[in-house]
Amino acid sequence: MAAEESYPEELKYHHEHDWARVDGDTATIGITWYAQDALGEIVHFEPPEQGGSVAKDESYGEVESVKAVSDLVSPLSGEVAEVNQAVVDEPEKINEDPYGEGWLIKVRLSDPAEVDGLLDLAAYKELLSE
Amino acid sequence: MQTARRTPLYERHAALGARIVDFAGWEMPVQYTGIQEEHRAVRTSAGVFDVSHMGQLELSGAGANDYLQERLSNDLDRIGDGQAQYTLLTNDRGGITDDLIAYRRGHDDYLLVVNASNVEPDHAALPDTTDVSDRYVLLAVQGPEALERLGIALEPFTFREDDVLGVRCLVAGTGYTGERGCELGCDPDDAARLWDAILARGVVPCGLGSRDTLRLEACYPLHGNDISRERTPIEAGLGWACALDKEFTGVDVLRRQKEEGTTERLVAFVLDEKGIPRQGMAVSDPSGQVTSGSLSPMLGIGIGLAYVPTGSAEPGTTISVDLRGRPRKGHIVKKPIYKREGT
Repeated sequence: MAAEESYPEELKYHHEHDWARVDGDTATIGITWYAQDALGEIVHFEPPEQGGSVAKDESYGEVESVKAVSDLVSPLSGEVAEVNQAVVDEPEKINEDPYGEGWLIKVRLSDPAEVDGLLDLAAYKELLSE
Repeated sequence: MQTARRTPLYERHAALGARIVDFAGWEMPVQYTGIQEEHRAVRTSAGVFDVSHMGQLELSGAGANDYLQERLSNDLDRIGDGQAQYTLLTNDRGGITDDLIAYRRGHDDYLLVVNASNVEPDHAALPDTTDVSDRYVLLAVQGPEALERLGIALEPFTFREDDVLGVRCLVAGTGYTGERGCELGCDPDDAARLWDAILARGVVPCGLGSRDTLRLEACYPLHGNDISRERTPIEAGLGWACALDKEFTGVDVLRRQKEEGTTERLVAFVLDEKGIPRQGMAVSDPSGQVTSGSLSPMLGIGIGLAYVPTGSAEPGTTISVDLRGRPRKGHIVKKPIYKREGT
């Protein structure tokens, strides 16, 4: 079952429709409800290597629906501390629970100040309404 | 720019919450609830597709048989009146202008159902035909339970005029999914009534997304992807639809290719590693190119069609597909890729 449209207050957002849940020097990253809805049923998650690095605004992996491929853009820079293996095995978790079980990677931040450059909920909602 | 056309069922699709895409100049539903769910409905029970974007050309009167026999690859005299045939419209290089179904209403009376994107080139190559595409709304009802849900019996590749759920239709035992079922042609004014009656029988509305994944599992080529004006039926493995003992456009090229062989051949493959092949991806060892690719909803793995060197086209041959820089192993399989037991 696809999730109902929602955008949690406590998250930070990136204009490419990614979210980050920041906890100290670590961030959990995923894609927003809007992004998963635009893709449709997600059938493949191509994750980055654990221990590899990701850079803000750059691609770190891919998600695919039956019809299309989409680059995943990292909202923050750092080292990939963990890949959500459950989503590699069952990518539909992204549709079912995009902010919970459908998280994609955890990043050990190399520049926590980058967080200040992300959108808050109000700013992201404004972007969606454009 | 020409605005996209809508079928008489557009409002029905929108009301069902379909995601609409532009396809060959038409605003068509790509999915209602989900491509995989719709795909499985057709494999396990029954689904209905609005395929009114497809074109229809008609030719009747003295000389119609001769005219089409000289221009279409298959032999129209292999079938009788009330029967349908898969055939190709070829060019003088043996390339495929379009693939189509010819419905033989009489010795000199034919209806041709052609691809939406090829109505104009087909009409140009068959100038004596009349474009009657606006006369029909076409619905494909497909799946193991399709005919029983409609309350009709029908042999594959036969057709007749009949009432279906109270609507006068051209009822044909054809389709593009690899399942049993039919295609119904009705008057545009009756379309909504027929559509509603079909859905009331528990048939699942299906979009072009699942139509594509179903035809790919069944290894039916898609014109523009797997076959084109630059590819011949021999390369595409469609020699069975070419009567090389009669004269038609490009037959010399095809006879020569049949005799001497072609450099490349269209094969079906599956991936043995995770990932989804897509049109245009490179195949290596043997070197070739993917012409259609998707996830198979029934098998849960990446599948596709690709042109590879003829010497490396045997089922079982291992291949490697370049998934945007990541090589993924796979192997060539016998067509079709998926076939339900008992079909």
